[in-house]
Amino acid sequence: MTTPRHTRLSGLEPLVITPDLLFVNVGERTNVTGSAKFKKLIKEDRYDEAVEVARQQVESGAQILDVNMDEGLLDSEAAMVKFLNLIAAEPDIAKIPVMVDSSEWSVIEAGLKCLQGKGVVNSISLKEGEGPFLEQARKILRYGAATVVMAFDENGQADSVARRLEICERSYRLLTEEVGFPPEDIIFDSNIFPIATGIEEHADNAVNFIEAAKLLKQRFPHSHLSGGVSNVSFSFRGNDSVREAIHSVFLYHAIQAGMDMGIVNAGQLAIYDELEPELRERVEDVVLNRRADATERLMEIAERHKKGARGQDNGNALAWRELPVRKRLEHALVHGIDQFVVEDTEEVRQTVTRTLDVIEGPLMDGMNVVGDLFGAGKMFLPQVVKSARVMKKAVAWLLPFMEEEKKLSGNTSKSNGKIVMATVKGDVHDIGKNIVGVVLACNNFEVIDLGVMVPAQKILDTAIEEKADMIGVSGLITPSLEEMANVAREMKRRNFSIPLLIGGATTSRAHTAIKIEPNYETACVWVKDASRAVGVAQSLVSKELVDGFLAKVRSEYAEVRERHKHRGPGKKLVTLEHARGNRFTCDWASYDPPQPVQPGITVFDDYPLAELRETIDWTPFFQAWELAGHYPAILTDAVVGTQASELFADAQAMLDKIVNEKWLKARAVIGFWPAANLMDDVEIYTDDTRTQPLARLHHLRQQADKPVERPNLCLADFIAPKAFGKPDWIGGFAVTAGLGIEPHLERFHAEHDDYSAIILKALADRFAEAFAERMHQRVRKEFWGFVPDEALDNEALIAEQYQGVRPAPGYPACPDHTEKATLFKLLDATNNAGIELTEGFSMYPAAAVSGWYFSHPGSQYFVVGRLSLEQVQDYAKRKGWSQAEAERWLAANLDYDPD
Amino acid sequence: MSTLPWLHPDRVAALEQALRQRILILDGGMGTMLQAHGLDEHGFRGERFEHGHDGHAHDGHAHGHPGGCDLKGNNDLLTLTRPEIIRGVHEAYLEAGADLVETNTFNSTRISQSDYKLQHLAHELNLEGAKLARAACDAMTARTPEKPRFVIGVLGPTSRTASLSPNVNDPGFRNVTFEELAANYTESASGLIDGGADVIMVETIFDTLNAKAALFALSELFHQRGARMPVMISGTITDRSGRTLSGQTAEAFYYSVRHALPLSVGFNCALGAEDLRPHIQTLANLAESYVSTHPNAGLPNAFAEYDETPEHMAGVIAGFARDGLLNLVGGCCGTTPAHIKAIAEAVRDCAPRRLPGEVQEAA
Repeated sequence: MTTPRHTRLSGLEPLVITPDLLFVNVGERTNVTGSAKFKKLIKEDRYDEAVEVARQQVESGAQILDVNMDEGLLDSEAAMVKFLNLIAAEPDIAKIPVMVDSSEWSVIEAGLKCLQGKGVVNSISLKEGEGPFLEQARKILRYGAATVVMAFDENGQADSVARRLEICERSYRLLTEEVGFPPEDIIFDSNIFPIATGIEEHADNAVNFIEAAKLLKQRFPHSHLSGGVSNVSFSFRGNDSVREAIHSVFLYHAIQAGMDMGIVNAGQLAIYDELEPELRERVEDVVLNRRADATERLMEIAERHKKGARGQDNGNALAWRELPVRKRLEHALVHGIDQFVVEDTEEVRQTVTRTLDVIEGPLMDGMNVVGDLFGAGKMFLPQVVKSARVMKKAVAWLLPFMEEEKKLSGNTSKSNGKIVMATVKGDVHDIGKNIVGVVLACNNFEVIDLGVMVPAQKILDTAIEEKADMIGVSGLITPSLEEMANVAREMKRRNFSIPLLIGGATTSRAHTAIKIEPNYETACVWVKDASRAVGVAQSLVSKELVDGFLAKVRSEYAEVRERHKHRGPGKKLVTLEHARGNRFTCDWASYDPPQPVQPGITVFDDYPLAELRETIDWTPFFQAWELAGHYPAILTDAVVGTQASELFADAQAMLDKIVNEKWLKARAVIGFWPAANLMDDVEIYTDDTRTQPLARLHHLRQQADKPVERPNLCLADFIAPKAFGKPDWIGGFAVTAGLGIEPHLERFHAEHDDYSAIILKALADRFAEAFAERMHQRVRKEFWGFVPDEALDNEALIAEQYQGVRPAPGYPACPDHTEKATLFKLLDATNNAGIELTEGFSMYPAAAVSGWYFSHPGSQYFVVGRLSLEQVQDYAKRKGWSQAEAERWLAANLDYDPD
Repeated sequence: MSTLPWLHPDRVAALEQALRQRILILDGGMGTMLQAHGLDEHGFRGERFEHGHDGHAHDGHAHGHPGGCDLKGNNDLLTLTRPEIIRGVHEAYLEAGADLVETNTFNSTRISQSDYKLQHLAHELNLEGAKLARAACDAMTARTPEKPRFVIGVLGPTSRTASLSPNVNDPGFRNVTFEELAANYTESASGLIDGGADVIMVETIFDTLNAKAALFALSELFHQRGARMPVMISGTITDRSGRTLSGQTAEAFYYSVRHALPLSVGFNCALGAEDLRPHIQTLANLAESYVSTHPNAGLPNAFAEYDETPEHMAGVIAGFARDGLLNLVGGCCGTTPAHIKAIAEAVRDCAPRRLPGEVQEAA
């Protein structure tokens, strides 16, 4: 078999237990025998809260959920069924497999009948003899579950090493030979017993378990070893700090011996390396039974550790300074500590003959460790960027020495390869590009970053001058896609042969394959995110890999094009006339449009950042760093929680400075104008008499084939049609929180601190979004005032549970970026808020948001989607454009191939 | 159950030999074909049910009082009332090139037939359904002995779900139990086996727990009879979310049913071939068994009709086959003998997907 023999469990999602997982956490809090709180909830029939306990276990990193309802006063079967049925309805819980835990077979069977996924039985054993054991095992196989097998037989529970082996071997043989049970679906629980009980016979309890684990893992490499970890520390009930220390030390040794699964409180595990050394030593004496007085010695210090044990490890924080200097550099790089890097770098420099050896030796070794950890998913982007900061500081220190040596010898250093990077013309968004630059630099690529709004000519000229090995272009807004195709065309025209890398949030494999690569067949590669950039770049500079890699990419893109060509008619669009006939409408005759409290233009010159800080939506901040998850749950996420928390703490510290030291200035302008709807346009008037048109706004209409009850929407529909003569209004806004950012970015760059620079940019973006959200709220309540008494909390605001919308030109409901020009003119946004428009209709500062306000209760966000040639022609006529111009600006929405 | 002997060892051997040689063709949709006959209520009832009750029921009072309830739309009933039509559909697909035909028993469970108050027919519908397909296959095999044809006894999903609550206000509520489903499937599968099916297929799986009940029932039934049959499993990815109705990903679905050691695993219905491709790819990467698919003829259009042409569908499926993803392929809703013929031609020259073990042998 080429399919590896791994345990393959499932909830709504798969869980494949591969050796990389090291240790599978089974959440234990949904167990009435182990959790007094859970027992109380079940007994009092408070199942809603019991479900929350399960959710908390999953959120804290449980990979399997243990459910146990063994309580004398409960109908355990009914409770098991009820609870499993309830959590089946919660996708964020049901995604992981369930371990049905009971000492009663009938309860286990009732539980198995509720699991659509492949779960685990906990447990069966030879306690009642071979007959029931075999029968239960056959049933389990039929229900499709794995099983825990207790080391328990007719003579009792195994406590010595020999008895553990004897019972496990006998169970394994019966299961695999008599029942045909897959070895990988067998999980041995060879009994974890308490230590430090004061009873002499118990002293070896942990040692024996660990010893047996070693032998069992050797003999049954496909099976797993589990156990209820909290038993081991039973004698320290009431002293959670010491219990956690015992768990962590016990697991450290048991996992090394082969234990690979355990029932633990997923949210509460101390890190072995971080235990206070004295406590760790004394716990280790007890766990490993290293001295006769081990228990007494642990008791001595146990009280002292009862509270706040975790806060006391600061004394040890600098222990790594004792290491040899090369190890110190590695530690500093891996942990991103820049405090001592210059003195350590200098110390090494004095020991080498060539300064370059410092970089190529200990510094690159350290960065290789970082690269490996990142590649293996053990480090995350924020940490890597911090490591890069340390690296850059070390290199900056060495540069003058290298210049000096170069003058003497004429030698130059050799990097992995050279890349010219830029955000394309018309676009100012560069957070993602900067992260890619840092990651590539960490991997010894020389990165020449041309910044933002860079014309194709400059990118290509620089690439020639610098003899670059590749070019990377990035962008966020949709017009940038067309500009990237232009860069590709230019590269072909100028006979380039180096690869072009494409990145940025709106780019995609399909777009690169269909719209960019045909312009430059030599080598176009789409790079999904920063974590892929290194692999791609390395393949491209490797003589051995490059041809194969490019051939693969080319054939992949060719297939995408082929599929695109043969995608068939797809869903047909309806005619513009049909779509207009199915427009959104309401009883306009009896509709009273709300009149703005403060019509005309209102300017906010220096909006207090402190007010905006509380309403920041953090989730996108973490997304910018490629940390997946929702705030605040992400802070306790099993995989990225630590990094997310650290990043969050750094961001909070910078926020304090931004607010207190006024690093950024927030400005805004809003306005309201009398308006009327004319089919797909909105006419705006100079004043209340509604006689003199001031501007005309153009919108696009959905053309998907929809049932009557779902209209073909167009934003213009949300304004009262002119024919009804209703005094309706439209609003507009432009806000920024990025004014004054440049000196701070320059300062960070001078300090080689990309980490802080990226945090600052991302925070400015968050402020701008929070500002837009806050202004919208005030518009609804005060300035337009159509819901003066709205009361929504921050989450409800983020979830957009309010009346009215604020769509932004360039986004799905109004995809034409050029409408921003009209908006900016109406608001005089450049003078009033300090925001400029680039030729690609991107806003500068980048931390800015602009859009329209609609007040109609039926107004909503939607996606315009694909447009027919007919609508594009109609729109071109309304805008005064040629058809080609319209096709260029609406390229992302065309339903047809304009060529 | 793997230790039990096959019930029909020679037929299993012939089927496995064919699977090693080529991509086998399943039949297509039944519903579209029956609609073409334009049967009315009278047409569905036939002679047996024309007087408002089951003329064959031994106890006319205990069951068989469908008088107050329309039988039109109960396609499975046509097996009893218009067997020549069902046989005709089987023959049309066999002529089009199908190696395997599915019995007309999608709704022939006690639960589903109770919607027509015909729950007492469950066993008979499966027995007769299997016999009809058997006769059609045997006649065809007699004409072309080098290409044996096989009967797939179909177990449908029933009209209820064991892991989803029908009541949004009470997520813990269930309107069917595992035991009830298992009993239903035991009864239906007995009929299929007695009627001469070669393979049992648990298909159109919306809720994996229903399927697990069916697999559990089959395992117990084989054990009781002392012999087993090959089992095919086909799930349904309900929409572009890429999950089953009960919320599982393709990979999680496979792990949930893999214990049954199926002959094949696959996906059918709900989506057209294009949208099913990534999920079939997932199975092709993972499955120790053969991989099957019988997609719909695209997604329903505004009139709830399936309008993907045979050429288009066959073109997409040819891509699957070229990439080595397939062992068995056919059609579901909206497909016709023309689709099956086009698919059969499109995959004729493509090698079947090799099982993981075979890949190693070849390497």
